[in-house]
Amino acid sequence: MTRIARKVAAALALPVVLFAIWWLATENSANFYFPSLRVIVSSFGEVWTGDRLATDVLPSVLRLLCGYLAAVVIAVAAGVVIGSSSRVRAFAEPALEFLRAIPPPVLVPIIMLFAGIGDVMKIVVIVFGCVWPILLNTVEGVRAVDGVLLDTARSYGIGGAARLRHLVLRSASPQIFTGMRQALSLGIILMVISEMFAASNGLGFAIVQFQRSFAIPGMWSGILLLGLLGFLLSLVFRLVEGRALSWYHGLRRSQRS
Amino acid sequence: MLDVRGLQKVYNGGARQVEAIRDLTFTLSAGELVCLVGPSGCGKTTLLKCIGGLLTPTSGEVLLQGRRVTGPPPGMAVVFQEYGRSLFPWLRVGENVELPLRQKGLPKARRRELVTEALAAVGLADAESAYPWQLSGGMQQRVAIARAVAFEPEVLLMDEPFAAVDAQTRADLEDLVRALWHKLGVTILFVTHDIDEAVYLGQRVLILSSSPTVVREELTIDLPDTRDQLHTRGDPRFTALRTHVQEQIQAAKRGLPSPSTAGDEEA
Repeated sequence: MTRIARKVAAALALPVVLFAIWWLATENSANFYFPSLRVIVSSFGEVWTGDRLATDVLPSVLRLLCGYLAAVVIAVAAGVVIGSSSRVRAFAEPALEFLRAIPPPVLVPIIMLFAGIGDVMKIVVIVFGCVWPILLNTVEGVRAVDGVLLDTARSYGIGGAARLRHLVLRSASPQIFTGMRQALSLGIILMVISEMFAASNGLGFAIVQFQRSFAIPGMWSGILLLGLLGFLLSLVFRLVEGRALSWYHGLRRSQRS
Repeated sequence: MLDVRGLQKVYNGGARQVEAIRDLTFTLSAGELVCLVGPSGCGKTTLLKCIGGLLTPTSGEVLLQGRRVTGPPPGMAVVFQEYGRSLFPWLRVGENVELPLRQKGLPKARRRELVTEALAAVGLADAESAYPWQLSGGMQQRVAIARAVAFEPEVLLMDEPFAAVDAQTRADLEDLVRALWHKLGVTILFVTHDIDEAVYLGQRVLILSSSPTVVREELTIDLPDTRDQLHTRGDPRFTALRTHVQEQIQAAKRGLPSPSTAGDEEA
């Protein structure tokens, strides 16, 4: 119990200090664009409770989750195919490198042309950005499956779906999770950007609205909320990863000692 | 039971062709325990992979109960040298043993029975829910043996399974193999580079030449069937046999012809 308390305290110490510095430094702020943290926090309470939770926060989070999960499925499936065959790899890699080099925000105006400005456009943008890190990591993970394990599986007749499920995906899972972690932060960025271009709701939309109507404390509170959202999502991610990769962390520990 | 006929394996590594195995012919009868020993780099692992259906030979064939081996045959199990890389680190010990049985389509109750029996047979009854990497090297290799035993193979191939464990563990594992072989009546082909191990374990020892590999000599080990580390290794007959094998291996390394072929040349 005390160990957990100490861990939580260690994790919170720096944020608390930074918050205190921000609070003290802006306490007497007369600058319209940099209101005091006291004002921002009180506007946070007003703005992000009630209606906006359902009209702005929820749609943003849903789009993010849809886009992110679709990207995971597409990237892992494609990654397994590409990683399993050197011929497919040689065929697909140049095209992938080209597509990966395109910054996803630049696609927003183009995707708007055929997908409109609704949810589909925003989800497509998120998918397009999130796919790459997961895809490339999955390819590497699938390529690196141990030869002895492959021989073992073959000689015991473990093939087809069982081979994929019990060998290839499990063996590549540490790399897949690395890609998924990178993709998660990309996803949040793309969620906001896609909502800033053209939207009628969402966090990015709300923050731009506040800025344009000079509701500066509201704008700042939106940025705070985005930070909190990112923090929460990465916390959830780490919990899931800890469960799925507990064997991997144990293996690493046993190899180090 | 297991027939290897005129087996040849040539690797095409770019411009260079490497003939790992030239011409191997031998037979294992049902229930035999045969050791294959040869100088290092003589293609032992290549041979085992050909027999296990993991590699396609360049020419010649492997027959298991009269049927030609073209892929991993269902009646064969392999224990690899690298125990740390042949167990699935994300599966617990019991699940590692059970996975091949699930592929075989055995019902759950039968699988449980086989897993419990096999782990008990290798002395790891209480390690079922541990992960392989939580166990010592010798214990991990026991798990790999349990997995092979639970698979109920007709032929068990072992590829230098004890090369990476310490001497004391190795002695225990050798006795375990003899005990399991007696109990199960399975046919075992045991590949090793350790001459003492080959003589201690086998009913017969096949001595291989250097690469490109042929069978140099087939030696029957006329030691009593009940063997133990203390007395068997002290037996003068054991010493004589191991000296003979050692001489053959030394001669193979220097590229000298084997006694039989030397006789042919003189004639």
